[in-house]
Amino acid sequence: MLGLSRKDFLTLLFVLLLVAAAPIFLNPFPEGSKFAQFNAGYPDLMQRFVIFGIFAIGYNILFGLTGYLSFGHAAFLGAGSYAGVWMLKLLTINVIPAILVSTLVAGIFSLLIGYISLRRSGIYFSILTLAFAQMSFALAASVLTPITGGETGLQTALNDPRILDGASVGGNIPAPSLFGLQMGYSWKVAVGDWLWTFNVGYYLCAFVLLIAFYISIRIFRSPFGMMLKAVKSNNQRLSYTGISPRPYTLAAFVISGMYAGLAGGLMVSMDPLAGAERMQWTASGEVVLMTILGGVGTLIGPVLGAGLIKYFENIFSKINENLLEQWFAFMPEGLGDFIVTIIYPFVGKGWHLTLGLMFMLVVIFMPGGLIGGLSGIYKRVFRRRSTAQ
Amino acid sequence: MSAERGYFTCNDIHAYYGESYIVQGVSFQVREGEILALLGRNGAGKTSTLRTIARIGDPELQQGEIWLNNQPLHNMASYEAAVAGVGLVPEDRRIIPGLTVEENIKLAQIVEPVGWSIEQIYELFPRLGERRKQEGVTLSGGEQQMLAIGRALSRDIKLLLLDEPYEGLAPVIVQEIEKTLHYIREQGMTAIIVEQNAVAALELADRAVILDTGELVFEGSAKEVLENEQLRHEYLAI
Amino acid sequence: MGALEVRGVNKRFGGLQALNDVNLTVEEGRIHAIIGPNGAGKSTLLNCFVGRLTPDSGTVMFHGKSLLGRQPHQINQAGVSRVFQTPEIFADLTVLENVMIPALAHRDGIFEFNAFKPMRHETDIHKRAHDVLEDLGMADKTDMVAASMSRGDKRRLEMAMGLVQEPKLLLLDEPTAGMSRADTNNTIEVLRHIGDSRGITMIIIEHDMHVVFSLADRISVLAQGTVIVEDAPENIKGNVKVQEAYLGGAH
Repeated sequence: MLGLSRKDFLTLLFVLLLVAAAPIFLNPFPEGSKFAQFNAGYPDLMQRFVIFGIFAIGYNILFGLTGYLSFGHAAFLGAGSYAGVWMLKLLTINVIPAILVSTLVAGIFSLLIGYISLRRSGIYFSILTLAFAQMSFALAASVLTPITGGETGLQTALNDPRILDGASVGGNIPAPSLFGLQMGYSWKVAVGDWLWTFNVGYYLCAFVLLIAFYISIRIFRSPFGMMLKAVKSNNQRLSYTGISPRPYTLAAFVISGMYAGLAGGLMVSMDPLAGAERMQWTASGEVVLMTILGGVGTLIGPVLGAGLIKYFENIFSKINENLLEQWFAFMPEGLGDFIVTIIYPFVGKGWHLTLGLMFMLVVIFMPGGLIGGLSGIYKRVFRRRSTAQ
Repeated sequence: MSAERGYFTCNDIHAYYGESYIVQGVSFQVREGEILALLGRNGAGKTSTLRTIARIGDPELQQGEIWLNNQPLHNMASYEAAVAGVGLVPEDRRIIPGLTVEENIKLAQIVEPVGWSIEQIYELFPRLGERRKQEGVTLSGGEQQMLAIGRALSRDIKLLLLDEPYEGLAPVIVQEIEKTLHYIREQGMTAIIVEQNAVAALELADRAVILDTGELVFEGSAKEVLENEQLRHEYLAI
Repeated sequence: MGALEVRGVNKRFGGLQALNDVNLTVEEGRIHAIIGPNGAGKSTLLNCFVGRLTPDSGTVMFHGKSLLGRQPHQINQAGVSRVFQTPEIFADLTVLENVMIPALAHRDGIFEFNAFKPMRHETDIHKRAHDVLEDLGMADKTDMVAASMSRGDKRRLEMAMGLVQEPKLLLLDEPTAGMSRADTNNTIEVLRHIGDSRGITMIIIEHDMHVVFSLADRISVLAQGTVIVEDAPENIKGNVKVQEAYLGGAH
């Protein structure tokens, strides 16, 4: 169906259900309960899950298929963000042009950087992309201030021209919308003690993610995708087979750059503000972590990795000392304090420590990431069963 | 099951290469000073058996025991097996790039117990002596094979494992290496040889075992294989 | 004029004259064997044909066009495929994928952005790859990961990758080394059949004299970077120079 094999179609269906029902299952705890703060089903965070999911899906087309490890993809996310805000400022507050133009601008930008960086491979390629991204970051924060807003960032303003719909504004800065439907608009549904929030912006992002995921499956299963896998497996041999590897890797680079730009465009469509820090190398590193954590070269892994890292960043980081003390208050005085002292460095501001440990465990014990690890376990169980029969 | 442990014993070894089940319960023994030919078609598991004995990580030994001179090789890593007396001459020779002929041998002698001296090796292979200062990987195929054999002998080994020593070599060189291997045999070396050129291997060996899809299908003297037409036809196609 | 004309090729590595004024003419549709001791320069010569090395001087003409200074993929697209001595396969892909890649290269050329058609709908490519694997007796191994195969099978896979491209000139670098006698005989059959039916020109480097004398229409003997003898197979065996340099006493 849709040109997919049965298995891939089921995977797509699974992702569809996942994103459609996210507002419900991400809020498993009743409002006002002790664990309510572990609920992740609020619009802002859910938007980030899917936007970074798109970023990681695209990155995986480059890194997962060709093995080229780019350390500069945040630059394309940043470029897309700026382009998106400019569209919202100059053209219309409708998010469609912003999303399309940010993808296009990132594509052109990645063609340029990819063309130069792909002259080398391995570690030199990685360093070139890193250098370009850091250059972009530095430029965005300083000399390009007229275009980027420098350190304060670029945002929409009341006196923006907005050629198409500038006249219709009253006294407030308009919020990004889809043909009048504001991104920030939410329906809240209370069921018993549970509260679910269905947000327009989130569903727009989720819809785009589904398309992005679908395209990624098609690429993975195409002759083009097979060539990319061949680049990773044996680049040399490919050229003796009559294939020029460079246009293939460049195409993968540009596609992944466009995915990053798309993610940037969605980001500013949700919140029309773009800052230079979005381009920094830590942001580029984050998408590498997401991909590896979820499973390099797997279809669904990067989405999972993105969700996991964003969950940690936003939820785990909110656990503070007070809260820990509350939780362990039922224990005898000394023991409770002791446990809080031990756990404290791993939560709250120390969430990076937990994430780092988790990352190390996955890399060491699950070389295929979470997806690789899970399918390995599944296979082993399955093999046992079949031999037992 | 403790049948009497010979000088070298493989007892029911099972090895996997990832998901593939390559060596499927192979048992055989080699007596001291004996040369055993390990024969069979492509994919029969010959190289995998040799690599398992040398305790190289893949294929992974999942079951079975390997004993050499009362030492349990099955519990060892490759470097421990090397110290215990296993000397592997791999098919691709594995000459270390960036090192000269002499450095390649010296490197093998860093850890005790050391076997033949460098001078003895040069006596056996005069061509190596002439090229001692040359980078090992720039030697011709035949010379690299000599270096790989010399490097194995430079350690005090109790079991020499030869993986296709004649592969990719010109007939003249094959004859030269054959001569050397016969000489090494006269010195009382114990060895297992894997070779597609079954006749050459059988001329060198005392006994032979034949593998087929990971299992042992024949064990007997080299002469028996050479004289048994059906066996040769079915498993060796010669 | 031959399909491949090699004139006065020299190649020097530091102090070593690897190729010394090599001349070679390979007639179209023939199987030409190059034999010689290890280190004689046989592989170096092949490397000069496929763009891996550039000779210091001399010319290599393929159907009247120079192969020198061209990229490996351009040479392959011109119709020259090489079967490597140490198998250069796509180790983490399946056997079938390994053969489909060169088949796609043959059909689509150097680059084709074919990113939306599912691979499983490429029925003609599938069929071609299957047929070649069938010919080489590997039809039962199509779904195996290439890395997990035995050496002999990797060599057969290499050959399938070359044959599926239906090249005009096939360069075979020790195609049967590490193969069992049965597989070697099968390979000889396949090559002979292809040589007869499709008229592919072949250059074969091989140490197994059984293979060489079963296949070759013509033999060049290379020693120390120079062609010392070029003749028909029946005249090679008895040649004193060849016995001295290469065959040794036993033959």
